[in-house]
Amino acid sequence: MSGGACQGLPASLPKTHGQPLWLLAELTYKCPLQCPYCSNPKDFAGFNDNELSTDEWVRVFEEGRKLGAVQLGFSGGEPLVRQDLDILIREARQMGYYTNLITSGVGLNERKVESFRDAGLDHIQVSFQASDETVNNMLAGSAKAFQQKLKMAREVKAQGYPMVLNFVTHRHNIDQIDRIIELCIELEADYVELATCQYYGWAFENRQQLMPTRAQLERAERITNEYRVKLAAQGHPIKLIFVTPDYYEERPKACMNGWGQVFLTVTPDGQALPCHSARMLPIEFPNVRNMSLQKIWDESPGFNHFRGDDWMQEPCRSCDEKDKDFGGCHCQAYMLTGDATNADPVCSKSEHHDLILEARAEAELPATEPLLFRNERNSRVFYKG
Amino acid sequence: MDINAIPALESMFRFQWEEAQQAHVLLYPEGMVKLNGPAGEILSFVDGQRTVAGIIALLNAKYPDAGGVDEDVMAFMLDAQEQRWICQVLS
Repeated sequence: MSGGACQGLPASLPKTHGQPLWLLAELTYKCPLQCPYCSNPKDFAGFNDNELSTDEWVRVFEEGRKLGAVQLGFSGGEPLVRQDLDILIREARQMGYYTNLITSGVGLNERKVESFRDAGLDHIQVSFQASDETVNNMLAGSAKAFQQKLKMAREVKAQGYPMVLNFVTHRHNIDQIDRIIELCIELEADYVELATCQYYGWAFENRQQLMPTRAQLERAERITNEYRVKLAAQGHPIKLIFVTPDYYEERPKACMNGWGQVFLTVTPDGQALPCHSARMLPIEFPNVRNMSLQKIWDESPGFNHFRGDDWMQEPCRSCDEKDKDFGGCHCQAYMLTGDATNADPVCSKSEHHDLILEARAEAELPATEPLLFRNERNSRVFYKG
Repeated sequence: MDINAIPALESMFRFQWEEAQQAHVLLYPEGMVKLNGPAGEILSFVDGQRTVAGIIALLNAKYPDAGGVDEDVMAFMLDAQEQRWICQVLS
């Protein structure tokens, strides 16, 4: 590719990059739940009428497989809303993907668990909002969610799938971490993701209402470690994965293991993104409807934007840790500072690190606003299309 | 696990050849282990029916110049069991 510099692009395209081992198919933004920490875009309501067809998805999967993709996540929104899900699973499985269904469990039933297994689904991840029914249902915005999730988690195991249980933790549920772990053991989860809320999408709007204090977080991590030791001593195969929130770190996370290096998301309306939050950035990303995945991955300006380090400013440019964290998360830099090429403010070397310190201080105070729930009505407020 | 044990892949894993990696891999929820040549070769004989001895015999026949793979296969089996990639079929 030549002449890139004329379009304001780095001149050294194409840059070295890996294979998109992970393909995340966000099949729909529709969801029966209203979790206030949802990572979907706040303006998702504007994209609801333009979902990719079955054939379009199958083509995307084929192109991804040729590029080396091997893990395929069916996500959303709630992927069960798609009536063609069993077809998509069957097609993907035949191509050799390891197929992951990432679901709230709402909309699932015994028959579907079985027909997905027949189609070749490899794994089901069920998300919970809390270990307590009342808190769970309050956060999900649904009175029946918790019992349904319990029932479906049991069904998933009964039908022989590997199962991951995912809990997004925050100030409303993190103090029940011991009960969350106990519930996961009881439900025979193979892996448990205790994912401290990351502040993107709806979660960013609700940050003050969600962010735990440092003391809450340290306690949760200590209890998780105690369980790990205890379970290992029993020879228990369950794995507890504790995802620490970067707001309490001094160095940023190596976001997505590097921009456009291993991960590729396709949104319900066909936008290809290097990470599921990237839609918010002021970067033009290609659409699978008018470009092949190979061209998107190898050549598109969007995917090359933050490859390499030509784009970096100080303090990243001269930093001896830049190959470790690649400057951190560009979405976070953009949300907090208005410039995605700034260092992620999580880094204590960032001149904007005080924004993170302020958020930590805020977390010590009672929330002043009610939670903003993720639903169509609230989303239209953000949609300016 | 001893020489007469029958190893089988744990239900958590799927084993396959990945063209893009030019390697055998173990796939599990949201993850992948890329196997080296010998590990991939040994695992391709693990089917829940052959004994460790049977697998060793097959590999020795296939690689007569290797000077006997017995110890390497046994070491791999123990390691794979430790990592919970394989388990032992109860006979």
